[in-house]
Amino acid sequence: MILAFRTPNDQQHMMMTRILLPLAFVIPFTLQAQDRYVTRDGHVSFHSETPMEKIEAHNHKVTSVMDLTTLAVEITMLVKAFEFEKALMQEHFNENYMESDKFPKATFKGKIGGATAEQLSKPGDHKVTVEGDLTIHGVTKPVKVEGTMSRKDAGSVRSSATFIVKPEDHGITIPGMVRDNIAKEITVKVDLPYSKM
Amino acid sequence: MFRPAIALSALWFTAVPLHAQEESLLDLLGEEEPTKEYTTASFKTSRVVNGHSLENTAHGVLDFKIGHRFGFLNTGLEELFGLDQATIRLGFEYGLTDRIMIGFGRSTFQKTVDGFAKYKFLRQCQSGCGMPISAALVVATSINTLPESKTPWYAPDRETYFSHRMGYNFQLLLGRRFSEAFTLQLMPGLIHRNLVISTEEANDVYNMGFAGRLKLSKRVAINAEYFYVLAGQLRAQNVPADRINDPNPGYKNSLSVGFDIETGGHVFQLHFTNSTGMFERAFITETTGDWANGDIHFGFNVSRVFTLHRPKKKG
Repeated sequence: MILAFRTPNDQQHMMMTRILLPLAFVIPFTLQAQDRYVTRDGHVSFHSETPMEKIEAHNHKVTSVMDLTTLAVEITMLVKAFEFEKALMQEHFNENYMESDKFPKATFKGKIGGATAEQLSKPGDHKVTVEGDLTIHGVTKPVKVEGTMSRKDAGSVRSSATFIVKPEDHGITIPGMVRDNIAKEITVKVDLPYSKM
Repeated sequence: MFRPAIALSALWFTAVPLHAQEESLLDLLGEEEPTKEYTTASFKTSRVVNGHSLENTAHGVLDFKIGHRFGFLNTGLEELFGLDQATIRLGFEYGLTDRIMIGFGRSTFQKTVDGFAKYKFLRQCQSGCGMPISAALVVATSINTLPESKTPWYAPDRETYFSHRMGYNFQLLLGRRFSEAFTLQLMPGLIHRNLVISTEEANDVYNMGFAGRLKLSKRVAINAEYFYVLAGQLRAQNVPADRINDPNPGYKNSLSVGFDIETGGHVFQLHFTNSTGMFERAFITETTGDWANGDIHFGFNVSRVFTLHRPKKKG
């Protein structure tokens, strides 16, 4: 009724503002925030095996977010959260090799390939290829990793992968004295139980 | 006509940067809670040189320590600058928890057996909490096991009781790792000796220790420690004439400087010190060597750790 007192032009403006204005807010968010998954208790472990010594460490506090619309994935973890069987090994890992005070986090940022968003929305195990940047010890390297994404139901996806990291690629030097104790290629295992955000 | 258009385009502009920020998916999770983290590795091992450091042997870890001091450097070529002589301490230390450790050792010096317990009751906080320092309490005892006739207090007409052989050390360690490389530690302490040689000596000897560590590289650090004994508490039996006016005639404060070299499971400590003994009663109250005179021992400690028990980590 109020509109009747206004000119047609004004009416049009009001319509535009009332309809488009909220849309303007909503569109940029909703388009992106569709199919996101998160985990805060992911598990990353690494294994180094030489005839001299076997080293293994586990981090159960790995955080990751992935978006199955854009197929983007990000992972982050505190280096100090890796737990070793031997306390001294853990200390040396942080003090001498990873310099965890200087570089507290290890991160990955990349894209999921090898399967489409639609395929990944269906239950079952899907082979995927994840490609992106791995940052350890402050040094970023491009990596390409084969992995599996298993979907149980609409609300949860589990991603796992095993790959090799070379300490020297990330500027981690291993002194001669312990060269026989630490493998040149470290096997890293990732297991991320995601649930819908 | 204009206003809605302007309003709309303005909204798009404000919306777009928001959208761009979201490029990091992790930002969606918001601010992380800072994890509670304690400072570690203030020193490479549980000893600075002779004295205790802020560090404990971890839970379930056995540390076998070999302490070795050669003779005084000023003994000259005849004694190969001290290398012909040796005094040692063998010790075992074990972490009952990450904060409580116990240990014992046996020294050549007066054939002494010593035992101690160390409790780290404050831990310097790195993040997520506020404690600026680490603090530990050290309680130790030492028992001289020399045959009666060889004890320094021996008198043929007097009986030696077992308690005469005992001494105690009470020490507070207060320290802070100021930076990646630099740690400083203060050690107010009290040494109680059940029996002293003369009435001029105090049974309770108050002392103050200072220690520091500077990392030169990831695996090499330089350490120094100094124990200041308040004047008038000690007096040797036969004081040389030139030392009669010393604060503690016949005795010197213990000063040691050395390097820590860490190689995986071992820590090697190479140092120079004017103290011969390697337990507190010996190096705080019975140091006779004078740095100015060249009464300096070259010595080393070797620490080798064994993980005996693997405590279950808290999830």
